[in-house]
Amino acid sequence: MPLVFAGVCSHGPGITGRSDQAEPKVRDAFYASLDEMRVSLEAARPDALVVVAAEHFANFFMNNMPSLAVGMAEHYEGPIEDEAWLGIERRRIPGDADLSRRLIEEIMQTSDVAFSEEWLFDHGVMVPLHFLTPKYDLPIIPMNINCQGPPLIPLERTWEFGRSLRRAFDRVPERIALVGTGGLSHWPATPDSGVINEAWDRTFLEHWCETDREALCNYTDGETYREAGQGGFEIRTYISVAAACAGSKGRVWFYEPIPIFAVGCTVATFEIASSGATSLESP
Amino acid sequence: MSLYALQKLLYELNRDQAVQRRFSTERESVIRGYELDSEEEEAILTEDVGLLYVLGVNGQILMHYAAWCGLEWQEYLEAMREGLRRHGPVRRGLYSTVWE
Repeated sequence: MPLVFAGVCSHGPGITGRSDQAEPKVRDAFYASLDEMRVSLEAARPDALVVVAAEHFANFFMNNMPSLAVGMAEHYEGPIEDEAWLGIERRRIPGDADLSRRLIEEIMQTSDVAFSEEWLFDHGVMVPLHFLTPKYDLPIIPMNINCQGPPLIPLERTWEFGRSLRRAFDRVPERIALVGTGGLSHWPATPDSGVINEAWDRTFLEHWCETDREALCNYTDGETYREAGQGGFEIRTYISVAAACAGSKGRVWFYEPIPIFAVGCTVATFEIASSGATSLESP
Repeated sequence: MSLYALQKLLYELNRDQAVQRRFSTERESVIRGYELDSEEEEAILTEDVGLLYVLGVNGQILMHYAAWCGLEWQEYLEAMREGLRRHGPVRRGLYSTVWE
């Protein structure tokens, strides 16, 4: 089936864990936008939701760090964080091991991915699910791009990963929704937490909406670190979604810096154009 | 100079309740299972979050340890700032990398 929904959103743990410390007006507007995203996602009637996240040492460490990984389990557990700290109750989340396996087999035609039959969800997945699938009744296929432990996968390879995803989605009968999660500029969990480079973020989102491969892949990690912090490395998740939707038009539903959430809070989706990715060639 | 081992200890502590139980009751024994230098051992034994940050522990690992130690968010941020004041810049790891 064609990809039926695609978007991106922020996932900072403060979004749920420090909700009471945010300025209410902008916080509530952000939450309302996430709820609009949920409505749009549900209207697409997906059979499964693929979440491309940048997990943060919940599953993978530097003893065996995959650049790209896909979950392949019947169910998952999360959050790994303290429930009160994150503001999300620990639970079991449904997966679909068979769908994962079929997607992985197709993805492997063009991208090298690791897979795992165990996966603990951290805030990178749980915060988006808290808003987008609050009943936890939609099978989730978790995917991870290493954005934490260098060496990091080059941006061009994350673009190719996104193309591989689209090719795989087009080859399974299920209706697939895709959500990338991460920050744009941010310095999470450091003394600079709360610093946000709004201009950098907005420029990036312009390129994202145009699925501008050259511009999106032209960032260097050095530039990103200086201008957007180590959290900026998570643009890889956004780039993979843009690549999966290459040729589509993106729309930013919400963008506002919310310092106590440590990120420019973002909700954006694509009006999905036809794939163009059914061959092995990448546009 | 064993940031890898230091982070691995905290990674396993963050995600494994069995390690957490052992760490609560026999911390020195747990620490001996990792190749830490004396400064790293001291930072763990005294729950010195600021020094751990300066030694290079990634914030995505450190923030969970800080919460486990009972630090509220602002206290965690202040602990890292105090660590920088007391010990100077971050010495190793992601935050000390010179990116080209």
